[in-house]
This record gives sequence, C-alpha cells and structure tokens, in this order.
Amino acid sequence: MFFLDISLGSITIPFKEVYTSLTGGQASKSTWEYIIINYRLPKAITAFLVGVGLSISGLLMQTLFRNPLAGPDVLGLSSGAILAVAIVILGAGLLPSFLNAILLSPYGLVIASTLGSVSVLLLVLLVAQRLRNTMAILIVGLMFGSFTSAIVGVLTYFSSAEQLQKFTFWSLGSLGNLSWTSISVLAVCVGIGLLLSAGSIKPLNALLLGENYAKSMGLNYKKAQLIIIFATSILAGSITAFAGPIAFIGLAVPHIAKLTFQTSNHAVLYWSTLFYGGIIMLFCDIASQLPGLETTLPINAITSIIGAPVVVWLLMRKRNFQ
Amino acid sequence: MSSIILSTSNLNIGYKTKKAIVTIAENLNLNLSSGKLISLIGANGIGKSTLLRTITGIQQPLSGNVFLNEKNINTYNPLELAQNLSVVLTEKLPPSNLSVFELVALGRQPYTNWIGTLTPTDIEKVQEAMQLTQIEHLATKKHYEISDGQLQKVLIARALAQDTPLIILDEPTTHLDLLHKVSLFKLLKKLTHETQKCILFSTHDIDLAIQLSDEMIIMTPETVVQDQPCNLISNGSFATLFKDEHIIFDAEKGKFIVT
Repeated sequence: MFFLDISLGSITIPFKEVYTSLTGGQASKSTWEYIIINYRLPKAITAFLVGVGLSISGLLMQTLFRNPLAGPDVLGLSSGAILAVAIVILGAGLLPSFLNAILLSPYGLVIASTLGSVSVLLLVLLVAQRLRNTMAILIVGLMFGSFTSAIVGVLTYFSSAEQLQKFTFWSLGSLGNLSWTSISVLAVCVGIGLLLSAGSIKPLNALLLGENYAKSMGLNYKKAQLIIIFATSILAGSITAFAGPIAFIGLAVPHIAKLTFQTSNHAVLYWSTLFYGGIIMLFCDIASQLPGLETTLPINAITSIIGAPVVVWLLMRKRNFQ
Repeated sequence: MSSIILSTSNLNIGYKTKKAIVTIAENLNLNLSSGKLISLIGANGIGKSTLLRTITGIQQPLSGNVFLNEKNINTYNPLELAQNLSVVLTEKLPPSNLSVFELVALGRQPYTNWIGTLTPTDIEKVQEAMQLTQIEHLATKKHYEISDGQLQKVLIARALAQDTPLIILDEPTTHLDLLHKVSLFKLLKKLTHETQKCILFSTHDIDLAIQLSDEMIIMTPETVVQDQPCNLISNGSFATLFKDEHIIFDAEKGKFIVT
C-alpha cells in the first residue's frame, strides 16, 4: 500500500523507476527522482503517521469515555487548533503588520495550531483533575467545539475572500508540503503517543467494565486516565498541527477494527487499529491523487467520502455496534 | 476455626460537607470471618452503600478504623487491596464486545503482567471460577447475549477469579425472579463453604437472607447489630427494621407480615 501510494500520482512514473529511486539508485529522469524523494515519499510517510495516530487516539477515547461516538475531535483538541489557526488567518488584519508576516508563514500555522491544541489539552487536564466524571470532560470538549465554531463564524464575517480561501484550504487538511524536519517532529510525537497507548492496554481492558470495577481490580484510575488523555492529546494535537483537522479516521477506524475482529481485547485492537489506520489513510491518499487527475483532491473530503459509507455498511452487516 | 478477615473498630461512617459532618452510623464493631455468608440488610437510604464503600476503602471513615487481615485498609496500595478484596457492583456494564471468558479473566488483572497476559495458572483459576459458578457453557458468548441471572453469575465468577479472601456484593439479587434469587443465594452459600471465603452482600430479600445467611448485619437509624439470624429473631432485632405499624415481624415464621 505504501509503495502503491508513492507510485501513483498526477504524474505517471513507472513502478521500476519508483523502486530505483527509493533504493537510492538513479532514475532515468531526475525530475522523477525529485518528485519521489521530496514529494511523494514524505507525503506517504505523513499519511501513514496521521492514519495510525488518529485511529489509536480514537480507540483510546472510545474506551475511556465508554462512548462509541468519541474521537479525538470530541475532546476539543481539533477545535483548539482550528480556533488558533482561524484567529491567525482570519484575524490577521487586526494584528500589527510585522507580526503578520511571521504568523502567515507555513510555520506560523503549525505553531498556532500546536498552541491551540496544547492549550485545550491543558484545559482538559485541569478539568480532569478537578472533576472525576469523564462525562464532564466530554461535555467540556463539546462546549469548546461549539464555542470555536461560533468564533470562527464571527471571524469569517469580518474577513476577506482571500483569507477565507486560505482558511478553508487549511481546514480541508493536507498531507503534502511537510519538510523532513516537520516529519521527524511529527514522527517523534506519534511515537510517544503510541508508546503511551501500548502501555495503557491493560488499564483499557479493565475500563471495559467501568471505572469502579477497574479500580477494584487494582487500577490507579487517575494515573491511567491522565496517561490516556495525554496520549490522545499528543497524537491528535501534533497531527492536526501538521496536517490540518482530518475528519472521520479517529472515529471510524477503531470501529472497523472492532467489527472485523469481534473483540474488545485491546491487545488485539491496538495492533489491528494501528494497521487499519495506516492502510486506510494511505488508501485515502491514493484516492485523493488518482492518476489522470490533474489536481489533488482535499484529503479531508476523501476520508469522509470513503469512511462514512464504510461504517454504515459495517453497521448494517453486524447489528451489535459496540 | 474460621478466622477474622475484616474487622472494624469504633467505626463512624458518614460524609463531610463544607458546612457540617453528617454521621450515618456510629461505633461500628463488625467482624467478617472466613467461610461465612453474611448479609447486610436495612431500609432504603439507611446507609448500606456508605457502609460498603467505607469497608472497601473507597470512602474514608469519619473516625475509627477498618482492618483487613489485621492491617489498616488505608495502608494498602490499590494492587494489594485488589488481591484481598473483590466486588460485584449493581451498575450496568458499559457496552463492549467482551466474551464471558474474557470478562471472568479480567479478574486476574491484579496478578498479570503489564500487558495482561494470562499464564497457565491464570487460565486454571478462571476455569475453576467458571466451574464453581456453573457458567462454563457460556464461555464464548458475549456478555450482552446472556440473561440477567447468568450475567450475575458471570460477575461473581469474575470476583472469584480475582482470588480474594473477601468478596463484597452490592444487592446481587435486585433484578432477578424468585427462582434465580434462590439459586444465587444457594450459590453464594456453596461458595463460602467450599472455598472458605467470606462473602458479604447487601440485599432487600430479608426472608431469603434469614434462611440462608450464616450471619446478618441489620442497620437501623439507632444501631447496627451483627449476629446469627436465629439470635436476631429471638432478641427482636427485626421488629426495629421498618418504622411502620403495618409491617410486623412474625418471629415464629421468621418473616415479615403486612397487616
């Protein structure tokens, strides 16, 4: 899948040439080699990291909040990033001009959305410390989402068409245009998130019986809850920062894993979700740049177009949606 | 020959609000011994749950101490506590795809490694628990596919698999019909005698509890008494249970009568 993703794109490159470029050989055209190494390879790696990270964070949220509709968006992390980016892009006119130049550079957006996610993360952790009720945290996330869309709505009202277009493009998500430095930062963040999640497999299984049973089986609930929330935040936060708010993957992939394996054991679900997440995201990326198409479609649209019917279809086939 | 597993000394239970301290029961000196089936009865809202929460270490006592195996319950870490005390709760299980076997096996969590791998010993314990509760034929069913009575047995099997000297059940018979209530009580009785565990449960099925428990704890607004059912009948403790002239305890028949 990974190889296929690199091979296909708006410019047709023979498989053999792709292979040569990847293994360090000389492709027959230097432009091909350039495209592969500097454009398609980073994009494929990003797609994989994004798919894996978002799917795992969705799995964690669904178990922690005992809610099949939970996903990274629900905690409000994406909302935080969207809000920060909206303020930067749409509110740019209100800021002094020397700040403008810095903020509107590609790095400005990454920094803004990271700050946005991190501040929501801190808010969520604060709520988690004060309230022991997971439902309350969920509601705080939802409220923050509504708050964000309201602010974004107000900002769009006062912004120019050009600013709006830029914001819309960002909010549609993009897997390309990441430098190798950005990819390594993303990879480290996703790696930390995945390690923490792997360490939470046993607590997650205990939580299948609910908070009180989990505690009675020796689980340090507060600690486990903090680790799980932190893992989700670092996964969803870093991904949203670099690739924009990518919809649906976090919600749908864990369900695809649960329905195909018919289990709730997180030792199985962890690996299957990880595997499906990577594959599905690469598939979406291929679909967004089908050969023959001149332009690349927005990834966010593809994930929703492919993802939504898949979940509905799975639902119809297996009745027990858990 | 039966030894004391859990005891309370001069225990006052209740809760603290910002303004006042609300005492629910005072000066409790209870003893829970191995091989005994002990029922906890009392009217709604009398504080049975508060008592259970306090002796399981979830809630702090106002004063006094709870000793589990002669060690103060506050000095246990969560893992040690889980190896000495297991619970069966009234709350509904969250939705999941857990099979009966997996659910019972979760009881082994206090003993498994960081990722929860079941060793042959763990599997043996799980199978033993399922045999004792006669649910082996359900092993591969999902927990939402079985009846309430079967699920209650599965939850008891989970507590058995946790392999603790003391099991506490909160109203295990609530949603069951008479047949399943009786079979559940008989199961609990059999378990205490066969495994020498101590089982404490709260219930509103007083008639059945009188017939099947080894000891009973009666909570009334004034006092909390613990004794064998026959002694409690002869000293008239049941008469104080409900403050209503229409409910009278018939000491000869050992049951409540509505007049």
